[in-house]
This record gives sequence, structure tokens and C-alpha cells, in this order.
Amino acid sequence: MTTVRIPPVLRDVTGGSRAVDVTGATVAEALEALFSRHPSLRERVTDDGRLSRFINVYVNDRDVRYREGLETPVGPDDTVILLPAMAGGGG
Amino acid sequence: MSIRYREVGLDEAVELARNGYRVIDVREPSEWDAGHVAGAVLVPLGEVPQRIGEVVPDRGIPLLVHCAVGARSERAAAWLVQSGYTDVVNLKGPISRWRETGGAWEEPAQLLSPTQSRRYARQVLIPEVGQEGQRALLDAKVLLIGAGGLGSPIALYLGASGVGTIGLVDDDVVDESNLQRQVLHGADRVGMRKVDSAELTLRGLNPETNVVKHVERLGPDNVERLIAGYDVIVDGTDNFDTRYVLNDAAVRLRKPVVHGSIYRWDGQVTTFVPFEGPCYRCMYPTQPPAELAPACSVAGVLGVLPGIVGMLQANEVFKLVLGVGDTLAGRLLMLDAMGTTFDEVRIWRDPACPSCGEHAASTAAGDERLAAPVGRMSGIDVR
Repeated sequence: MTTVRIPPVLRDVTGGSRAVDVTGATVAEALEALFSRHPSLRERVTDDGRLSRFINVYVNDRDVRYREGLETPVGPDDTVILLPAMAGGGG
Repeated sequence: MSIRYREVGLDEAVELARNGYRVIDVREPSEWDAGHVAGAVLVPLGEVPQRIGEVVPDRGIPLLVHCAVGARSERAAAWLVQSGYTDVVNLKGPISRWRETGGAWEEPAQLLSPTQSRRYARQVLIPEVGQEGQRALLDAKVLLIGAGGLGSPIALYLGASGVGTIGLVDDDVVDESNLQRQVLHGADRVGMRKVDSAELTLRGLNPETNVVKHVERLGPDNVERLIAGYDVIVDGTDNFDTRYVLNDAAVRLRKPVVHGSIYRWDGQVTTFVPFEGPCYRCMYPTQPPAELAPACSVAGVLGVLPGIVGMLQANEVFKLVLGVGDTLAGRLLMLDAMGTTFDEVRIWRDPACPSCGEHAASTAAGDERLAAPVGRMSGIDVR
């Protein structure tokens, strides 16, 4: 199973889960499996059928923008990290 | 047992030193630092019994011992003779006149005052710091954007460690709800300007720190003026607008920015070094909508989190100032305090970055290792 890390701002959708295990051969398939488990994540992570520009996606430590995008292959030992920008500085 | 050391005046002592006598200076380090006989070895009187065997293992070597005027060295000479050293000469005369008598003299560059040497003794001992590194810290000017959650621990440690000038940009006043994490401030400071409270705390911690207060909000109109005079900028702001304004100006003026952000149990840290590594816009080209970026005041934040993230940022500042180690340039460090895990991802310079990319106004050659391996893909389709 591929692990998808859920960023803190999206954990309300996953019931507080910090990681969700999914099956899929590519990032797109892994995300599709994630959305089928947590449907409301789709609109938070995608925009008009495309990956939101505010969220970076990594396979392990590599940004998929610099690999094969959503077609980047993933294996059972890989971790997909969803990483939106975080602004807080503790006021 | 008769005392068998010889006593000489300055002229003869200078001659002996020239002719191969090992010169042992039994004064204290602070006296030594003000200047000493060239080639002499410092062994303060109190340390002679423990250290002389290691400094001069061969008891047949001719020794010339001295202090300031000859009293302490008299005791050292007597002890040396009793311990079996066979050729011991004591200088009876003012060492301050050594140079004018024609002796070789060394005056080390005074990088630190005696007070500074004492205060920073523990970190000066570290090979990567030393007197030169401490001097660099004392000469450094570091600007903290925000004197709140992240700014508090950063300012405390930078100030305590001797960063000479700490600038603080903050127009807010201390609120009771700040105190759970903003450790620069205390209960008696509620209602006070954060920069004033910070100054009180930092001066108490280190009277030498030059605290520069900027009672304003960083924005497009004042950002360049604010950051221009500083060596390193530390970003501890609480909103995206400020982060993008700061990023773009820092790229233009080529100022390194140590970035930290926090949210509940999570933190992120990285260092942006313009044109050597990616900038904030390379990582996040566009500002996210408000619902993806709630402030601490809305989302909450664990008290220790700015402490942990702030310490990591302060550590980055030290390395940037000292020019040692590997900074987080090109890496984003992510902390999950709930699981106590640290992860990092690589971040690349984006050739299409509107701030530091090829077509940006302020383009310059960068570090190829940190440039993206392939062109950035825009608009990734999701099924």
C-alpha cells in the first residue's frame, strides 16, 4: 500500500487521520483511491479537474512537477505527500 | 634543598630568549591576550604543577619563566627546580618593557573584549565558531519579521548568543492570549508594544545587544527600506501577503530569508538564499485561498511548536552568519510534533519563477545543482 500524507489543514476531511493507505500504480491512481475514501478531499485538492496550484505533491522527497506529474509511478513502499503552503507564524 | 634557579634582568632575559630558552608565561589568560613574548607558552601559575610536564616533558630544556614583574614567576621557578628542571631562569623585571628592550612581542588581534570572551566562552570553544566566528556574530545584523510566536524564541537565543544587532518588525501589542507561546513577553507586559517588551527582555538577557525597533507592518512600500541594512532576514510572519512581499524584495536585494511556519502540531522550516537555491515563489507560485491558510488565532497552535521551529530557524541564522555547515537551502524540513517525526522534501529553483526565474527582472546565474532537473509542468491534469 502507498501511504498518502494528509496535511494538517485537510485533516478535518479525513477525520483527523494524518496518513491514509491506498492502492494505485501512479500518483493519479493513488489520489483517485484517496478521493473515493474521502470524497470531499477532491474539491479541496483539485481545481477544475486539475491539481490545485496551492498544493505541492511529492513522491517521497521529490516534487512530481519535476518528474512525470500525476503519472509519476508509485510503489507500495512510497509515500505521497500533499503539501499546501502554511502561513502561520504564531502571531 | 637550595634554590638553584637563576634570576636575570630584562636585557639578559631577551638575550636568553633569543638563544633558545623556552619562555614560560605564568600570567593569566587576560594578561596574555593583551600581548605576550613571541613564541612563549602560557601556563598560568596555578596550572604549572598539572601542565608543565605536558608542555615541557624534557626537564633538561632551558626555561625562562616570567610574569608581570617577577613575583609569580619566582614561585613557579622555585617549583620547577624542585620538580627536577635543571636550567630555570626567572625574569625579575617588568614584562611591559620587553619590547622596548628589543625582545620579540606578539599582540593578538583583539577580536573580543574581556567581557565578551567570558560571556561567549562556551561557544568560542567550538572550532567552527572561535573568536572569529563570535566576532562575526557580534557584527551581524539580523531582522526578525514578527516579535511573536516564532520571533520570541529566535530573538532570545540570537540575543543570548551575541548576535550584535537584532531588528524587530512588529506593530502589535502584547495580548494575554500571546503568553502561552510568545516567551519574549510576560503577564506584566500586556498592552505594551511587542517591540518594547522584546527590547526589555533582550536587554536584560544581554545588555550588549543592539535592539532596533520597527513599529510598522511590513508591506510593499516599506519592505526594501526595512530589510536593506540587514544581513539575514527571519520570516516569522503570520500571513501569506507578507511572506510574498518579503520574498520578492529579498530576492531583489539578495538577502537570505530563513522561513518558518506553524500550524497546530505541524511546522515547516527552510532557508531561501536568492539565486543559490529556490525562493518562496519557486515552491508556492501563487497564494492559496484563505480557507487553506488559517491563522494561529483561528486554528490554534501548540505552545512548544514555535519554540521548536524557531530554534531550527535560529540554527540556520548561525550557519549563515558563520558560513559553516549545510543550511536548509533547497530542502523543506517538516515537523510533525504529534508523531515527533521530521521529514524533508527537496525544493527546486523554478526556471519560470516570476521572482527569481530566467525571465524575472532580477535574474542571475545560480547554483546548477539546485536548478530544476526538468522544466516545470504547469497545470497538472487530474482525472
